[in-house]
Amino acid sequence: MAEINSYTINFGPQHPAAHGVLRLVLEMEGEVILRADPHIGLLHRATEKLAETKPYNQNIPYMDRLDYVSMMCNEHAYVMSLEKMLGVKVPIRAQYIRVMFDEITRILNHLLQLGTHAMDVGAMTVFFYTFREREDLMDAYEAVSGARLHAAYYRVGGVYRDLPESMPKYEESKWHNSKDVKGLNSNRHGSLLDFLEDFTERFPGLIDEYETLLTDNRIWKQRTVDIAIVSPERALQLGFSGPMLRGSGIEWDLRKKQPYEVYDKMDFDIAVGTNGDCYDRYLIRIEEMRQSNRIIKQCIDWLRKNPGSVMVDEHKIAPPKREEMKGDMESLIHHFKLFTEGYTVPAGEAYAAVEHPKGEFGVYMMSDGANKPYRLKIRAPGFAHLSALDEMSRGHMLADVVAIIGTQDIVFGEIDR
Amino acid sequence: MIEFISSWGLPAGLETLIIILVKIIAILVPLLIAVAYYTFAERKILNYFHCRVGPLHVGPRGWLTPIADAIKMMFKEIIIPSGANRTLFLLSPILAFGPAIAAWAVIPFDAELYLADTNAALLYVLALTSFSVYGIILAGWASNSKYPFLGAMRSAAQVVSYELAMGFALVGVIMAAHSLNLREIVNAQQGGFWMWFWLPLLPLFVIYFISGLAETNRPPFDLAEGESEIVAGYQVEYSGFGFGLFFMAEYANMILISMLTALMFLGGWLSPFEGIPNLEEWFAWVPGTVWLLLKTAFFMLLFLWVRATFPRYRYDQLMRLGWKILIPITIAWLIILGGAIVAGLGPWFD
Repeated sequence: MAEINSYTINFGPQHPAAHGVLRLVLEMEGEVILRADPHIGLLHRATEKLAETKPYNQNIPYMDRLDYVSMMCNEHAYVMSLEKMLGVKVPIRAQYIRVMFDEITRILNHLLQLGTHAMDVGAMTVFFYTFREREDLMDAYEAVSGARLHAAYYRVGGVYRDLPESMPKYEESKWHNSKDVKGLNSNRHGSLLDFLEDFTERFPGLIDEYETLLTDNRIWKQRTVDIAIVSPERALQLGFSGPMLRGSGIEWDLRKKQPYEVYDKMDFDIAVGTNGDCYDRYLIRIEEMRQSNRIIKQCIDWLRKNPGSVMVDEHKIAPPKREEMKGDMESLIHHFKLFTEGYTVPAGEAYAAVEHPKGEFGVYMMSDGANKPYRLKIRAPGFAHLSALDEMSRGHMLADVVAIIGTQDIVFGEIDR
Repeated sequence: MIEFISSWGLPAGLETLIIILVKIIAILVPLLIAVAYYTFAERKILNYFHCRVGPLHVGPRGWLTPIADAIKMMFKEIIIPSGANRTLFLLSPILAFGPAIAAWAVIPFDAELYLADTNAALLYVLALTSFSVYGIILAGWASNSKYPFLGAMRSAAQVVSYELAMGFALVGVIMAAHSLNLREIVNAQQGGFWMWFWLPLLPLFVIYFISGLAETNRPPFDLAEGESEIVAGYQVEYSGFGFGLFFMAEYANMILISMLTALMFLGGWLSPFEGIPNLEEWFAWVPGTVWLLLKTAFFMLLFLWVRATFPRYRYDQLMRLGWKILIPITIAWLIILGGAIVAGLGPWFD
């Protein structure tokens, strides 16, 4: 009889820890992983190809659906690439709004990452705590764009509209009596900025709450310290970016190294790890949330003092005001052209990248002078991270693979595109 | 009740049999109801830990949820995988559930309220609680599928690492009480809160509860089911009532471990106010069973609390915990305890 040394196991795509549709074929010896073979493509929606058939503006909602937990950052890279090609200068207020929402998005993403990572390792409670805070931030998304997830808020030349002066409020229902509703609405009486300011005041305390559950927890440390160590050299070779790269000790953050929008005016630090293991990456993400909180605070202060336009005054790419349109021939033509044909972009190529919560998210845009992209290439950070899964999980146990998937912060929307 | 049955004038053997059957029913029915509502309590309490509300919709404020769950499980089809070993596959849920119920035979609920008063009660309980692990291992093997098999493997690894520590913890209790009989163990703790065994046997008490968590496959030792790793482990292929039996066995075992901890370390049905002037008289009317149930409920809550707080161990880490930490501590404490007993250390062993 032939001797059987290892066996394969099919991990996913229907698996609670697969973060969507990850399919791993694991070759194992007992519980030890000999080889992990990630399969991609189960969430492939041909975003890049679809984008070639739509006018530039109509592609923005596709970007939301790439990494569906950090929506506005995806949009940001897309509109930045177009702004480069068009040579548009975005109004300063819009830049601050973008930075603020990029950081809100970063917190949203890291909260989900933290919650699911902890859940994968078996700590349920953190997941529900983080979702409680995500709720507030998604309300901010909703207030500004009307959608809780797929905002489509950024536009070439600015953002769709200015920040709202009031927050939507809860109403009495079968489940919430007037006393509950009063409590729920207590921080919603002012503008969106007041609501966010209240959040930034509370948030550091809430991060402490997650940390009490995890940071010094012996079991959490046993499960994450020295798991999936990536050396700095190897991290660079593998094309890591974001917290995965910083976890290995390389100080690289596009917000500092190639500042875009108004990040050069912001006061914040970047966290860098030393060991390159899951625990370091966890600590980095925690610290990034605190730093994002600082940036949001600075943006709120600036935005309060400086009202102004949030969209370029260039009606070849930004629609005119509706009241102008009713009386002014020129505006009517602009409106008609923009909403039928869209705008054209001069022939050429441009690459724009943002420091996405997961790493460097880039859009490489190619135009042949038409009103649609000739070719659009998306550089998704998760793809590089996932391809390192095999290397990171080799020699570890099945339970560690789950922790590694958590630490990589895999979202299949961007990997499969 | 017993007088009523005696008045029928049945032959002696038959009469004893009927009395035992009545007692069994008197234990089992409340136990099964407790199991059902423990699942409900778990969902509710855990949900309050998690800042959410939990089941609300079946019956008034969700109170009929466990009944609905039970009905659902009973009427679902039992699917037997084509590659499975049919006999073992059907036998293993019974093997898991049977001992969880049978162990209750020797539990005394009050000084004079018990089904069987055996001298080897502790051994009997230890044997039966260990036995339910075979249900899990067989389930994993009989399913003939990889995830259940991994679960069974982990379960086997788990058994060898905590059962010894658990056994040693019980040895301490036996040494302190000079008896294997649960009733006598409780009686040996008479004299108030500070006389209960939790204090002189503190490390053993903690270790017994930790091993209890492992024995019942509860977080942080739920590796055999490891929801996020091997999905449900040994239960993957089970549906309908097969799954239901595993589920009930787990909860019956949790209640059992809680009650045993209360009996062996927290003075069972003894009042906590024993020996305290005034308080003792004020609470003298409370039946012992109530104290026992309150103490049990405390440990049952602890099970849920631990679940809400800790991540899951990896299985090599659990083995390390068992062999390198729990067993050495128990052995060391047994030696200290032996010394204390020989020296007649007061107030416990004089």
